[in-house]
Amino acid sequence: MSETRERILADIRNSLGRGRLDATVDTELRARIARHRRNLVPGRATALDGQGRVELFITMAEEVQATVTRVSSPTAVPEAVARYLAAENLPAELVMAPDPGLEKIPWSTWPLLRIRRGRAEPEDRVSVTPCHAAIAETGTLMLVSGAQAPTTLNFLPETHIVLVRADQVVATYEDGWDRLRIGKAPEVLPRAVNFITGPSRTADIEQHIELGAHGPRRLHIVLVENGQATRSEENEQYSAPAGR
Amino acid sequence: MLATSRNFETAARAGLANDNLQRALGLARTGFPLRRRLAVERLPEFEALRDAGRSIKDHTLQHLDFYLEFYEGQVIASGGKVHWARTSQEACAAVLQICRSAGAKIVTKGKSMVAEEVGLNEFLEVNGITPVETDLGEYIIQLRREPPSHIIAPAIHLVKEQVAETFRAEHRSFDPDRPLFEPRQMCDEARAVLRPRFLAADVGITGANFLVAETGSSIIVTNEGNGDLTQTLPRIHIVMTSIEKLVPTFEDAATLLRLLARSATGQEFSSYTTISTGPRQPGDLDGPEQYHVVLLDNGRSAMIGTEFQEMLRCIRCSACMNHCPVYAAVGGHAYGWVYPGPMGAVLTPSLIGIEETGHLPNASTFCGRCESVCPVKIPLPKMMRHWREREYAKKLSPPVYRSGLSVWAWVARRPALYHSFAEIASRVLGWAGGGRGRFRALPLAAGWTRVRDMAAPEGRSFHSLWEQRMKSGAGR
Repeated sequence: MSETRERILADIRNSLGRGRLDATVDTELRARIARHRRNLVPGRATALDGQGRVELFITMAEEVQATVTRVSSPTAVPEAVARYLAAENLPAELVMAPDPGLEKIPWSTWPLLRIRRGRAEPEDRVSVTPCHAAIAETGTLMLVSGAQAPTTLNFLPETHIVLVRADQVVATYEDGWDRLRIGKAPEVLPRAVNFITGPSRTADIEQHIELGAHGPRRLHIVLVENGQATRSEENEQYSAPAGR
Repeated sequence: MLATSRNFETAARAGLANDNLQRALGLARTGFPLRRRLAVERLPEFEALRDAGRSIKDHTLQHLDFYLEFYEGQVIASGGKVHWARTSQEACAAVLQICRSAGAKIVTKGKSMVAEEVGLNEFLEVNGITPVETDLGEYIIQLRREPPSHIIAPAIHLVKEQVAETFRAEHRSFDPDRPLFEPRQMCDEARAVLRPRFLAADVGITGANFLVAETGSSIIVTNEGNGDLTQTLPRIHIVMTSIEKLVPTFEDAATLLRLLARSATGQEFSSYTTISTGPRQPGDLDGPEQYHVVLLDNGRSAMIGTEFQEMLRCIRCSACMNHCPVYAAVGGHAYGWVYPGPMGAVLTPSLIGIEETGHLPNASTFCGRCESVCPVKIPLPKMMRHWREREYAKKLSPPVYRSGLSVWAWVARRPALYHSFAEIASRVLGWAGGGRGRFRALPLAAGWTRVRDMAAPEGRSFHSLWEQRMKSGAGR
């Protein structure tokens, strides 16, 4: 296998008409990676203030058939979730990410909600997860995997409910990514970073757009305007290795 | 995959006469370009992003050896493994070895054009492993034992009645009298059939839209969520990909991602853009235990440094074929290999040779729409011309074309002679065209005039009109 590797690399160098890169260029390229400078970023969301970003995020998310409920504080979340499930004629049973931020929500104030913590199983119909960031430019949710955020919750159940704090709404994908990079340990990215824009869809039969191809049929966002109380610090910070 | 590009002419004729295909293409012909245009109009920076996308890809290709080594180092650091493959056979063998080591029986697959390129499904079947395509379009054509006819909408050549017929024939456990008339019903049926397969699979294989050197990550861009179920549920995730998918950083990927969905489906962003880095980590409650990347060359390294290098910028959005009048008329199967349309007309000869594929770069009107919509500004018509030149130089084109071209070239290199010929020919044709201004039939051009009229010259050549204009001083 390593012989194949060497032959491919040699073929590439041969086609480029050179040998291995010299140390100067090598250092420059490593520096380019470490700088991870932004390219041109569209201005659609970058000039907006916090409130403007939230409004744009909601507009863009609704455009791709996500639904949004806005609540003023974390204490209003259980009722908002319960009402959404009732309105959609869904059972008041959820599987929830074992996330410390979500635990700070007073779920017991709405005792009819039955909540299981963990990864999604095939029979689960509704999941509730936190998000890492919400990206205004295209109404995109950014979720990262981890012990407190199993990825199956984002894809197996038919209905996915995501809690977004207003202060998590950023302008661009790069802003969301920077929130992953800031901080020290661990050195490796989370296994999965999911950018989610609306529910699952397909247009594979006659270009006809149908929601709920294989992933969730419904994506519901509960936006908490004043959600500082539900921050879960340990779930927020990662850093990517910058050159080796 | 076995190429049948040699038969382009007969396949194209069959395509034109196929009513179902023409109905299906009719839906795509207007839909894709309209949606792309609306998305582009909403983003004032789109043109500038195309330039940025081009530079990122050019920079990466120029230092591809470095970025591949860096990428591999980061994959290993995150607990994954890279399997290098020079050929389709090596790529298939690497996948089989991973599947065997896990005792795998069922393999689910997200959409991967590289897997199509290496003929992975056939190879796995021969070796006793069942591959299950999970993208709705790929699933439909797998049931029909057909190759994809489009790189992002593989079943675009079918109408819903054909899909219903296939489902009725294949999904035998369902009530034979069930209603199956609308895409919604078919979509739900496929979802119901495929869900248990996702859960039963031992290995999940996806492609990659991009590979990020900085972090050793692979990125998939999908709408259905099948790719994510494929790579999250089984014990092993294999990424089938090729060397030109590399980009240096997430920031570079972000720029290309802004171009991809808009160019492809006209979406602002696809439903799911997933960045995967290595296997399940300590404490994770789900995700694969093993993460493998099969990294294919298959002729790509040989394109670097040639007039076809720019083709390696391609991000497989399909805008070129969505805007191609030839593709829209004959459909993707006529091209006879994995990659149809203008990008296929350039890439296919590069990967499997011009000997087999000479028709493809000739199947173009050179209208230039493909280049004008390409998100990374690949000069597709220019490269098709390069292939025509090579084909001519290798004496592969039919003798009658070659002698015709030689005669034309001989005359064209003698301006005085050319001008007098042109003058005479245009007068004669103008006279013969009579008052109608067009010909129903022309000697030696029956193939052309059988399906359309030829415009008759107006009696004077451009050169003589220009000369007259310059003499009269009007051109100053």
